[in-house]
Amino acid sequence: METVESQIAEWRAYVENAPGVNGHDVDELEDHLRHQIAELNAAGLSPDEGFLVAVKRMGAVDGLSREFAREHSGRLWKQLVLKGDHEAERAASGWFETIIFALAAAVVVQIARLAAEAPDEEPTWLLRNAGLFVLPFLAGYFARRRQLDPRRWVQTAVAFVLAALVVNIYPYDAESATETLVALHLPVALWFVVAHPYMGGTIRSHERRMDFVRFTGEWFIYYVLIALGGGVLMGLTAAILEPTGVDVDRVAVWVVPSGAAGAVIVAAWLVESKQRVVENMAPVLTMLFTPLFAVMLAVSVGVYAVTGLGDAFDRDLVSVFDALLLVVLGLVLYGMSARDPSTSPEWMDRIQLVAVVSALVLDVMVLGAMIARIGDLGFTPNRTAALGLNLVLLVNLAGAAWLSLRFLAGRSRLHRLERWQTTYLPVFALWAATVVVFLPPLFAFE
Amino acid sequence: MHIDKDLIAASATPLVLAILANGESYGYAILKRVRALSGGELEWTDGMLYPLLHRLDRLGYVTTEWRAPLQGRRRKYYEITDDGRAALADQQRQWATVTRALNDIWPRSGGLRTALGEA
Repeated sequence: METVESQIAEWRAYVENAPGVNGHDVDELEDHLRHQIAELNAAGLSPDEGFLVAVKRMGAVDGLSREFAREHSGRLWKQLVLKGDHEAERAASGWFETIIFALAAAVVVQIARLAAEAPDEEPTWLLRNAGLFVLPFLAGYFARRRQLDPRRWVQTAVAFVLAALVVNIYPYDAESATETLVALHLPVALWFVVAHPYMGGTIRSHERRMDFVRFTGEWFIYYVLIALGGGVLMGLTAAILEPTGVDVDRVAVWVVPSGAAGAVIVAAWLVESKQRVVENMAPVLTMLFTPLFAVMLAVSVGVYAVTGLGDAFDRDLVSVFDALLLVVLGLVLYGMSARDPSTSPEWMDRIQLVAVVSALVLDVMVLGAMIARIGDLGFTPNRTAALGLNLVLLVNLAGAAWLSLRFLAGRSRLHRLERWQTTYLPVFALWAATVVVFLPPLFAFE
Repeated sequence: MHIDKDLIAASATPLVLAILANGESYGYAILKRVRALSGGELEWTDGMLYPLLHRLDRLGYVTTEWRAPLQGRRRKYYEITDDGRAALADQQRQWATVTRALNDIWPRSGGLRTALGEA
């Protein structure tokens, strides 16, 4: 019996190391294994034989781990896994690919700047097209990595070409507000185009959509880190070369745009290759900031409820509110993507609900003020875009609040809430695309 | 008799839900029941049952509970929910349609209808 115990322990350790399987799963599997062995022993097999047959019936650990990973794809993002040889090889070849795509993006940005005669001139088309200089390379990078079939390559390419046509055919007025809005919304719309190759074309899969949400958060954090590092590097370079009389600023205006473009790809590569190696940052930051934001939002609601919104309300404040709501949405999404869906409500869920409900109240106030303003002064491109974004966020947060209430009351599953968010993602993409495509002609490109 | 892998996969969810509809159970017992029901013809890879059960849990078709008996190891029990019963009823309708269609086109042996009628 001694030997069977050690065999089971060994088997257990092996299964525990497989990606996608966690400790509770192994408890459950071990219980199953022991049952099976006991039954086989009762049928006359020796303990050793019983163990062998039971393990065989359990199935190959690779296949098992794959099934578990498919069901719990979120775990792959969190688990500390020792890399196999195969994995290391892929990461190494990925490095070269990353450099190529990052360089290409950096070079294209420079070509565009040369064409625009930057930095002396900063024509608006340069800013308007910024997303188109970089994100096609990110899409291409993922299309190669995911080994997309030709049809999906074409779909992705068509989306970018259409975007380029729409953005550049429109005759914007000088100092056009719609052009600024397009410059702001195009990168968002294109980011969702990148989702297509990222998900390997399976955009209907809710699990893959959640993966894309995770990717977006991690990418953002890596990008900020790279930007900080780049800033320190540039600052130190300037400080060191200053005595020699070299004008670092003139170099910087060339290095920074290229660096910013290349970093988009490098950050994506970091997320891809570190995905399985380190604990993700986004969930940790979410844990840290959700309570703080909940307090801040609740206090703001209280303050505005007392003072009223009327006088304080202006255009800058609308952007601040929109940014705030986006942050709340981000916190909700990452809190969710990092959560084990099978556990019951925790205190974090309650805090999150406080944040969401406060944000909702704020959003309703902003909407009220905005509608009043539109009633007085009529629609402008900026007001329309802000109103639309607010409505899109309002519906999302209202749905999220309702479903988390039901979840906390034990009448709904977390799964519903996750579904709601992943189902809603295309609405954001559609709204961004609407601003890019329909808003400028609607307002005669003013 | 060898039963096609896809068919086994497709029948797994209704089978497990149907077993749980007769009362809560745990992994090993569910698998034993599947073997008994099919006379050993439905050969599952044991481990694959668990990702399936976890999926049912995520979809809200079952609830789970770890229980530690006075003696022995703790064990995870699965109990079907109302959503699970609804899903089972839906699955039954789908399978009934499929078997009806197959029965109509195949020479009447009678075996298929009785076998599935009982499940």
